Amino acid sequence: MTFLGAFAIFFAAIFTNNILLTNYLGMCSFISVSREIKTSVGLGAAVTFVMALTSAINWAVYHYLLVPHLVYLRFIVFIVVIAAFVQIVEMIIERVSDVLYAALGIFLPLITVNCAILGVSLFMVIRDYTFIQSFAFGLGSGLGWMLAIIAMAGIRQKINKSPIPKGLEGAGITLIIAGIMAMAFVGFSGMIAIG
Amino acid sequence: MKGDTHKLFRDGLFKNNPVFIQILGICSTLAVTNTVKNTAVMVAGLLFVVAFSNLTISFLRKAIPSRVRMMAEGLIIASFVIIVDIVLKAYLWDISKQLGPYVGLIITNCIIMGRAEAFAISNPPWPSFLDGVASGLGYAYVLLSIAIVRELLGYGTLWGIRIMGEGWVNWTMMVMASGAFFMLALFIWIMKGVVFRERGEA
Repeated sequence: MTFLGAFAIFFAAIFTNNILLTNYLGMCSFISVSREIKTSVGLGAAVTFVMALTSAINWAVYHYLLVPHLVYLRFIVFIVVIAAFVQIVEMIIERVSDVLYAALGIFLPLITVNCAILGVSLFMVIRDYTFIQSFAFGLGSGLGWMLAIIAMAGIRQKINKSPIPKGLEGAGITLIIAGIMAMAFVGFSGMIAIG
Repeated sequence: MKGDTHKLFRDGLFKNNPVFIQILGICSTLAVTNTVKNTAVMVAGLLFVVAFSNLTISFLRKAIPSRVRMMAEGLIIASFVIIVDIVLKAYLWDISKQLGPYVGLIITNCIIMGRAEAFAISNPPWPSFLDGVASGLGYAYVLLSIAIVRELLGYGTLWGIRIMGEGWVNWTMMVMASGAFFMLALFIWIMKGVVFRERGEA
């Protein structure tokens, strides 16, 4: 049951409850980095990796350290865990692989302030997930975010050549495309629901 | 001094508005604007956090080593967010439940970190406080105007009170995710048009 539950959560996090298009998290980097497919893939991969692992670490920290007396400290602790994790990953990648560092390295500092990462940890606490479910939720949310940003980058590369009203250039048109994408993702709802 | 204050507010509200010029803090802009009540609470919380974290950071600006300043700023901001969270849980339980994770997400709201980095870390306390208030108000009126349109069209109500007549059919799209994206895009379009006209560029 737990495994099936985790599997359902994984798929729901990608499609029906896409972290970006239904919960609006991670918009800042979504708008500023979605200009090219190549960079979007890099950032998406980095976000997925960090999200999956920090949600697992934060689950352990929350349930073994903070419950029951220090629950109100969770904001500070989660932020510190995420920042420390990103820093460590950056150092490891730098040592181990130049190729990987060139691909992901520049995106890692950006991730600390990506609200989607903190958001996933907070959702996990509010929805009372088990350890496996938290990991599945983190991984699924990361993949869902990656899917959305790559799709957006593809559309923006095409749209570059089209005439756009002056006031809508940049952020405006990106938001409108995101709105249409959100409408398309509503089509998935009803398949699986998590609450 | 008086002229400076005036300039701070004009920048925060229009010329350098955090939401539609700098495109910061969009996550919460979109997420909490489905009803006016939620938005008002969220805006009040953010205003409190940005003003007082700016003030605190400005007092400590000479004591914080520049290498760890991001971390220190993050911790100061997080402490104020915890205060907001606890107060909401104690007095406005329903709304705190509806806002869910978005109260905690004030921490990663780029507006606050942005003001701390751009202003508070290098200016005296009182102007920093005012700068925080100005940015907070700039954020507030954008969110409130979006929320008014969304709640009115999506539920036919304002602050939970029925405005539209019996025959009104709820425009469900407006309270869903896509409605938020479209509304913000429209708002940016209109405000940019106004700002550009003032500068004589369009």
